[in-house]
Amino acid sequence: MSHFLDRLQFFKKKQSEFSDGHGEVTNENRAWEDSYRSRWQYDKIVRSTHGVNCTGSCSWKIYVKNGLITWETQQTDYPRTRPDLPNHEPRGCPRGASYSWYTYSANRIKYPKIRKPLLKLWREARRTMEPVDAWGSIVEDQTKAVSYKSKRGMGGFIRSSWDEVNELIAAANVYTVKNYGPDRVIGFSPIPAMSMVSYAAGARYLSLIGGVCLSFYDWYCDLPPSSPMTWGEQTDVPESADWYNSNYIIAWGSNVPQTRTPDAHFFTEVRYKGTKTVSITPDYAEVSKLTDQWLNPKQGTDAALAMAFGHVILREFHLENPSEYFTDYARKYTDMPMLVMLEDYKDGAMKSTRFIRASDLDNNLGQDNNPDWKTVAIDETSGDIVAPNGTIGFRWGEDGQWNLKECEGGAGKETKLQLTFAKGDDTETADVGFPYFGGQEHEYFNNNDQDDVQVRRIPVRELTLADGSTVKVATVYDLMMGNYGLDRGLGGSNVASSFDDDVPYTPAWQERITGVSREKVIQVAREFADTAHKTNGRSMIIVGAGMNHWYHMDMNYRGLMNMLIMCGCVGQSGGGWAHYVGQEKLRPQTGWQPLAFGLDWSKPPRHMNGTSFFYNHSSQWRHEKMDTKDVLSPLANKDDFPEHMIDWNVRAERMGWLPSAPQLNSNPLEVVKAAEAAGKDPKDYLVEQLKSGEIKFACEEPDNSDNFPRNMFIWRSNLLGSSGKGHEYFLKYLLGTKNGVMNEDIGTTGGTLPNEVEWVKDAPTGKVDLVTTLDFRMSSTCMYSDIVLPTATWYEKNDLNTSDMHPFIHPLTAAVDPAWEARSDWEIYKGIAKEFSKVAEGVLGVEKDIVTIPLLHDTAGELGQAFDVKDWKKGECELIPGKTAPNMVVVERDYPNTYKKFTSIGPLLAEAGNGGKGIAWDTKDEIALLSELNHTVLDEGISEGQPVLESAIDAAEMILTLAPETNGSVAVKAWDALSKFTGIDHTHLAKQKQEEKIRFRDVVSQPRKIISSPTWSGLEDEHVSYNACYTNVHELIPWRTLTGRQQYYQDHPWMQAFGEQFVSYRPPIDTKTIKPIMNQKSNGNKEIALNWITPHQKWGIHSTYTDNLIMQTLSRGGPIIWMSEVDAKKVDLEDNDWVEVFNINGAITCRVVVSQRVNEGMTMMYHAQERILNIPGSETTGTRGGHHNSVTRVVLKPTHMIGGYAQQSYGFNYYGTVGCNRDEFVVVRKMNKVDWLDGPTGDDVPQPLPTEV
Amino acid sequence: MSYLNMLLFGIYPFIAIAVFVLASWIRFDREQYTWKSGSSQLLRNNLRLHSNLFHIGIIFVLMGHFVGLLTPHAIYHNFISTENKQMLAMVSGGLFGTICLIGLVGLLKRRMTDPRIRATSSTSDILVLWVLLIQLVLGLLTIFASTQHLDGSVMVLLGTWAQSIVTFQIVEAATAMETVGIIYKLHVFFGLTLLVIFPFTRLVHIISVPVWYLGRNFQIVRQKNHS
Repeated sequence: MSHFLDRLQFFKKKQSEFSDGHGEVTNENRAWEDSYRSRWQYDKIVRSTHGVNCTGSCSWKIYVKNGLITWETQQTDYPRTRPDLPNHEPRGCPRGASYSWYTYSANRIKYPKIRKPLLKLWREARRTMEPVDAWGSIVEDQTKAVSYKSKRGMGGFIRSSWDEVNELIAAANVYTVKNYGPDRVIGFSPIPAMSMVSYAAGARYLSLIGGVCLSFYDWYCDLPPSSPMTWGEQTDVPESADWYNSNYIIAWGSNVPQTRTPDAHFFTEVRYKGTKTVSITPDYAEVSKLTDQWLNPKQGTDAALAMAFGHVILREFHLENPSEYFTDYARKYTDMPMLVMLEDYKDGAMKSTRFIRASDLDNNLGQDNNPDWKTVAIDETSGDIVAPNGTIGFRWGEDGQWNLKECEGGAGKETKLQLTFAKGDDTETADVGFPYFGGQEHEYFNNNDQDDVQVRRIPVRELTLADGSTVKVATVYDLMMGNYGLDRGLGGSNVASSFDDDVPYTPAWQERITGVSREKVIQVAREFADTAHKTNGRSMIIVGAGMNHWYHMDMNYRGLMNMLIMCGCVGQSGGGWAHYVGQEKLRPQTGWQPLAFGLDWSKPPRHMNGTSFFYNHSSQWRHEKMDTKDVLSPLANKDDFPEHMIDWNVRAERMGWLPSAPQLNSNPLEVVKAAEAAGKDPKDYLVEQLKSGEIKFACEEPDNSDNFPRNMFIWRSNLLGSSGKGHEYFLKYLLGTKNGVMNEDIGTTGGTLPNEVEWVKDAPTGKVDLVTTLDFRMSSTCMYSDIVLPTATWYEKNDLNTSDMHPFIHPLTAAVDPAWEARSDWEIYKGIAKEFSKVAEGVLGVEKDIVTIPLLHDTAGELGQAFDVKDWKKGECELIPGKTAPNMVVVERDYPNTYKKFTSIGPLLAEAGNGGKGIAWDTKDEIALLSELNHTVLDEGISEGQPVLESAIDAAEMILTLAPETNGSVAVKAWDALSKFTGIDHTHLAKQKQEEKIRFRDVVSQPRKIISSPTWSGLEDEHVSYNACYTNVHELIPWRTLTGRQQYYQDHPWMQAFGEQFVSYRPPIDTKTIKPIMNQKSNGNKEIALNWITPHQKWGIHSTYTDNLIMQTLSRGGPIIWMSEVDAKKVDLEDNDWVEVFNINGAITCRVVVSQRVNEGMTMMYHAQERILNIPGSETTGTRGGHHNSVTRVVLKPTHMIGGYAQQSYGFNYYGTVGCNRDEFVVVRKMNKVDWLDGPTGDDVPQPLPTEV
Repeated sequence: MSYLNMLLFGIYPFIAIAVFVLASWIRFDREQYTWKSGSSQLLRNNLRLHSNLFHIGIIFVLMGHFVGLLTPHAIYHNFISTENKQMLAMVSGGLFGTICLIGLVGLLKRRMTDPRIRATSSTSDILVLWVLLIQLVLGLLTIFASTQHLDGSVMVLLGTWAQSIVTFQIVEAATAMETVGIIYKLHVFFGLTLLVIFPFTRLVHIISVPVWYLGRNFQIVRQKNHS
């Protein structure tokens, strides 16, 4: 009917009334209601998730209507849990629900783009030259190079085509490989678990051409080095469902409802069972409202609190009323019984040094294999010194002894290890000095002044060594009691018998530092330990990485880890260290590695630790304000050590502790050629050249143009935006463009110059020739890139996703094809590989590349230098590759066949097998299966007959087929391989799932629970929730540490140098960034110095969603900081005022939120607000304000550079320097003038991208 | 009588009314989702003053025109003399016309100069405001013209024209307009033109003002089957 004619019925519409005339019944046309019905109609639902490193890994329904993505809702079809456990769903949060906004938003990248000045040069050069020559003509001409590099971040993109960008990128790569070396082509992409095929795409391309993949977990500072130190484990944590098994939970610096939203329900549900929850956060964070008790220590002083907790626990549950469970656990699963050597220090005091090894004793204590690497203890029953099973020396070179059975290695005699030498009045003692840092002064933090060496009386015993000399030794247990300042009735000073004594580390002592009352400390410590005692370890600490972002992060973390180990919580259901920082758990890791790093064609791949790389190449070291002397132990001889942090790093690279990239100061392809010309083995030749100094490590000359990282790929990342610590230094040195750095380098300011690095007076800028970024949205990183490639969104590609929060493997599925000209990461790199192979023809052939490899964790190489640190360059030892220096391996690169290799699974897997974390297994059956699943290549050439790897789904099948977590028969093989090491049969853990094979289409139909595998320390089981270290405790598999046990004690010489054998409280460092600038560039408004805290936000995940209109609308619509009412008052600030936040590193412009929930003395800028949205000009730098990393600069810690030393050995994203940033201070002041720096046409409406230069 | 006069004031009114009715009907039936006021308040919420002035002014002016033009002489003579009626029209029309003008100029300035509003405006949004401005200025100018003949003679002619149109007396209508001044002629012409463009612009919201909300019951239950 006609709408109009219907209106003519107006007066006849009403039929009757009801409810005393409050309602009426009408007879009218209802056709308009269909518009609401069709609003929620759709054509199909596709399962996908969000690859954003939020740890959610939530299953979502993506709705498609008329070929367009319309909206998303939570999936609720997860496999059920057990009857006594709540289910996982619904998973998902408002951020995820707003994701579909990106697909068709103005922020979407639609076409390949190149910045105009570069494109102009390229098109001009290409008119007369071949691609590789054309690229050379641009980058080798200083004027031309500067002309486009200096425009980075200044807009001016031109719409290009895939053919054109691929050719340019390929030409740049070929040119760089040929002229500088493949290790000058660098790639950065984080967190493979969030979209593993997409990560693998770029990594595979780079690895096949010999390029470098940078690590990210350490660079983000989410990697807690304390975890490898203590457990030999990168980070292994319980799934969130295991919170429900806990009886006491401390949420320590983890804002569960805000940052773990889909999992928070377990946290609240478990309270209904009577579990007590406590939150420890400096600000009144959202988690605090969910907990029974809130403690708020001053930010950065968590270690002091942890020390006091430990003091109470040790006093009441180990000394006075020993818990039988705790004591037994300490004996079996910790290093507490191990013997530590004492050395004379001064004034009659001694200091604790290294573990006694079997080789120290007569006849190596009967241990012929690796006696240097076997620690020893006393057997209580016989009184003999024994080398117990499971230490690292048993792991390599012999079978069946590497386990935690209570017996002596080799002989197999049963033992009961002795914890203490204390025996009442007969106790033999020695005075041992412990470093104390809590007295150090800091302008903005309270100290507790005590002697900087705390001498305490420790039970000891004398031991005769193989050379006939005698030494005093103590157990870790006895030293621990001393370290925590516990009076054991042995006399001496600096020990406390009461919690009210002001002696480190009593509850009374910490009051001054943290501001938390002693009563609360005693109460929580008691409850925590008592619960664990009664429940055999069901006390848990949920921790977020905030505390790990302090310079002395290891103290914070080891402090709370120790609490868990003291109470036997680690490895027990409902207990342990629940550390959630990101989606680092790549569950099918061992299946993914061959795909990602091209291990099916050649190995080893090139890896580099991100932090050292960026510290070096963004020249942040040239602005180093910190001297090592400031942080060395008071017991160390400070003159023995270098002062500049980069000197330590160079030594570590040279000794093979840390990786290097670029590696050498010459092209590795040329090194092999020269060796062959000289008729020598390339490895021998390189050793010779290194020794003679003809060839050096690139890190020794970072400012030499031969050693620049020339080409960079960035994908799945916002590296130059949110993740670039020292952002302004990146802009200045790495990119060579406009920046806000407000200080001169140490050459000008007269700082300490490094000794190991060649100092160049005029620092080079613009080191990178080509930055290529793949993204679906115009992020800050895209703004600063030369080429931006449009990639598929998370609803437009096929991929895999896993998390540590739950045991399921998830797909990302293409709901629609990528919009506009976007392509998936897999297709983009395939395209580049194809063009690379074409362009390489005639320029590069089959080349030989020498790769340097550090001493890796989980390989026999981790047995490097057992005692002293010796540097071959200083003539202290011989250069032995793989022992005192990096290993060197020649790898063949068939450049014109790169594409064929990329798109097929190579023969090396079937030949050499597969494996991970120190174990290996045959994988011929899986390759045969893949040949049938994916079919084999029919084209002639090197890939003929190999399994096909064309599509992202082919790649996903490769991961799933090869990984033990998704292929039951591989799991059985893997457990079997581990059983050979331990001498215990573990295959029962996977046997029942031997025939199970999870394929891509399976996870598309429903997320699947993975299969237990020895790659991880927990079990995916019908009976227990995933919990880290579960198999160490219950299957007696040793921790992958020196002692094979959880280590309270760290004995490496560099750990000793920094006084960190044991945990203690170390105050934040002084980064020296505000004094030179505060009140120096006044705009008339008052200034205040505040601690710079950058936690995770509510209206975004990292930098994703912060630029999303929906989230901006819910938040404040632009960048903001939070500060306390008190501080705001001091500098006349009101809520929503525009402020400038600055120090000598750079400046930020934003608005201020004034809130009573923030502590005095700190300001929070929620992590990663994009610099592309509502940022006015800065009054101090004269350019546009930056983002939260504009005021930071990374400072390294040498203890993280230790390598070749059992658990302290390098592993990609496992150990290495970390990019800390929380010790930073900023100046905050009100802005006088908010200048948007808009030109006269600032109000112009955006125009389509031009296509012509 | 000139042909042009006949075309413009005898025939054009019927064309205008026909377009107005038919096109509105078609649009109402076929393009329900375009039937709206198209407010730009969400883009920039600075409408309070000018929008209200404009709407108050124009509602009174339009009501004045309806009552003034279509009330037969025989009826209003019972209440008011012709001279006084003209004076009433000039004063009230002048007052509300000025209020309307202030509002309209403000709205026009906003629409033309605010980049966000300008960028989201259609041609018709801009055209409507300009035509309304011309028409309003012409209307205000007639006040000055009317001071030349305070006897109400021209007003009577215009009333005759309007009443002739609605009673289909084409010749009488055209004749009535023949002698009035050019200002009046232009004003009538643009008034008719507004009717022509009405169905194609946001002006349609005039006939959908939801005044019925004021009188409806609290709860409405719509029957399942509409007959």
